[in-house]
Amino acid sequence: MRNEKTTEEVARGIRARVFEHTIRNNGGYLSQACSAAEQLAFLYNEGLNLGPSTMPLVPPPFSGVPSATNHDYVTGAGYNGPFDAVHDRLFIAPAHYALVAYACLIEVGRMAPEGLEMFNRDGSSVEMIGAEHSPGMEVHNGTLGIGLSTAAGLAFGRKRLGHTGRVCVFMSDGEVQEGQTWEAVQAAAHHEIDNLWAIMDVNRQQCDGAMDDVMTVGDIATKFRDFGAVVAECDAHDLPAMRAAAATPHPGRPLIVLAHSRPTQGMESLMSRFPRLHYVRFKSEEERARMNQDIAAELGVAPVALEAH
Amino acid sequence: MEMVNRPYASAFEAYATQHPEVLCLSADLTSSCEIDGFRDRHPDQFLSLGMAEQNMLSFAGGLGLAGFRPFLHSFGVFLYRRPYDQLMASVAYPRRKVRLMGFLPGVTTPGGMTHQAIEDISVIRTIPNMTVLEAGDATEVESIVAEADTVDGPVYCRILRGAVPRLFTEPLRIGRMRVLSEGDDVLVVTAGITTEEAIRARGALARAGVSVRHLHLNTLKPFDAAQIVDHAASVRHGVVTLENHLITGGIGSMVAEALAEAGLPRRLIRLGLQDTYAHGGSRPYLMQHYGMDALSLVRAVERLTGKGTGIDEDALGAVRIDAVHSLVKAEAL
Repeated sequence: MRNEKTTEEVARGIRARVFEHTIRNNGGYLSQACSAAEQLAFLYNEGLNLGPSTMPLVPPPFSGVPSATNHDYVTGAGYNGPFDAVHDRLFIAPAHYALVAYACLIEVGRMAPEGLEMFNRDGSSVEMIGAEHSPGMEVHNGTLGIGLSTAAGLAFGRKRLGHTGRVCVFMSDGEVQEGQTWEAVQAAAHHEIDNLWAIMDVNRQQCDGAMDDVMTVGDIATKFRDFGAVVAECDAHDLPAMRAAAATPHPGRPLIVLAHSRPTQGMESLMSRFPRLHYVRFKSEEERARMNQDIAAELGVAPVALEAH
Repeated sequence: MEMVNRPYASAFEAYATQHPEVLCLSADLTSSCEIDGFRDRHPDQFLSLGMAEQNMLSFAGGLGLAGFRPFLHSFGVFLYRRPYDQLMASVAYPRRKVRLMGFLPGVTTPGGMTHQAIEDISVIRTIPNMTVLEAGDATEVESIVAEADTVDGPVYCRILRGAVPRLFTEPLRIGRMRVLSEGDDVLVVTAGITTEEAIRARGALARAGVSVRHLHLNTLKPFDAAQIVDHAASVRHGVVTLENHLITGGIGSMVAEALAEAGLPRRLIRLGLQDTYAHGGSRPYLMQHYGMDALSLVRAVERLTGKGTGIDEDALGAVRIDAVHSLVKAEAL
């Protein structure tokens, strides 16, 4: 697909959309847009080989869970393009980043802006925690730590089928607290699954707060290397560095790109809430109004017009 | 009674080698699950995933997404207890064609609590999209491989290993229970290793003048409630279920649900583990100790009919004892 925007523009658009949504709904996964905007923009705009979306621009309503009788069931993966031998596949492992991922789909022209209006609405497929049927999602990853294993299995299978397309996982650093992440890396290394790579948003934050306070994880680059992965590191807000890291050769091993990010990048006003950044809900109308003005100024967009109460 | 040596090993190899989309996965219990020969002869179709069941379940989900049909081999208990979340999210919800081959069901292992899958049927049958099968003899072990692979979705199978008696000649067919006798005093419902116990009890009960209707189940989900109700309606005194499992959530519960929903008033005695863990020991010892053997079944039938039969252990004939050092037995654990 020909890109209509630069990756920098896509990243800016992601922050602006998630900001607007969060202010309007008085809550949202705002910090994840700060840390991950460049990563998702990079993946969709240039890093992955994705075909055109096979799904409608406006997401269809929830059409039931998979069952023996639900013959029309489809996942949201069609937003990432067709399933064929040559194109890449993407899993959003931390499904809590769904709002950011949806904003990205809009910015790259795969979903209509109206899609975000359906976010977390009853009967909608645009769910708060990305589900299989949500736009851009292919598997359930809401229980953190299972995404890389599934991707490793898919990548092993695709290699066996002779596919040239690769499997990519967008991960969050909190997932390294789950034992399954390490099981997945050791299995991918043992079976030489090198059509698998991940980019991890290393923002050092998790639901309870700063990871160092919740559970220290140590030097994850060394740990990943010791478990058999090739590791590349970059500043998550430096796109040339991200391009170089993602291009790291990794024959016979999975590649993990550690993208070191700032949880308030582009919205420094959020630092007043640190370390409670996982889900931003404003404590008062006053805080909401202040954040609306301050963050809008930082992003260079107009403040969100809020309805009179 | 004919004893068959390692029926799973030969049946799986014969089937898998004809189906390249079938992959053989193991979690460090390869010889214990009788797939060591397959690993050695077909290394390209075998994946060792080590002692890491959480990864194995999600990895298998990914293989399913790629169009493969992985057969996961481990002790049954390791396929659902630790990786329950992965079973739910990566396998069951998306209806991946993953075949969970659970060896050593219930008290068929001397490994004690950590190794004995005593609530697997209860847990897995409540998971939407799952199919649950159980093999009760060598013929069913042989035929469960191909039959499980016909399921359009995930399936969990209770598999018997080592020296397995051959009770049946017809292969296992999903959804088709076996009517082993058509008496009209008491209905006995069994599955897996308890069927052999019931066959022994039945012979003695017949000589004592008790007419038993005996059903052998191999498909636990979907459960054919209508047939169970029909059979229960055709006996005089009531129903006994005998299962290698807790009585809660398993066959006893399924039969109770069927009778209640149909509004059929029949007394029901559920034999099996009575809200207790088992411990390590031989299969005959455990079955006798926990009231899961032929004599326990006879006593339950006597309670239903209200009449003693005079049947004792001697009357039931010698209990089959596996030779511990026999070559046909897989390694202990």
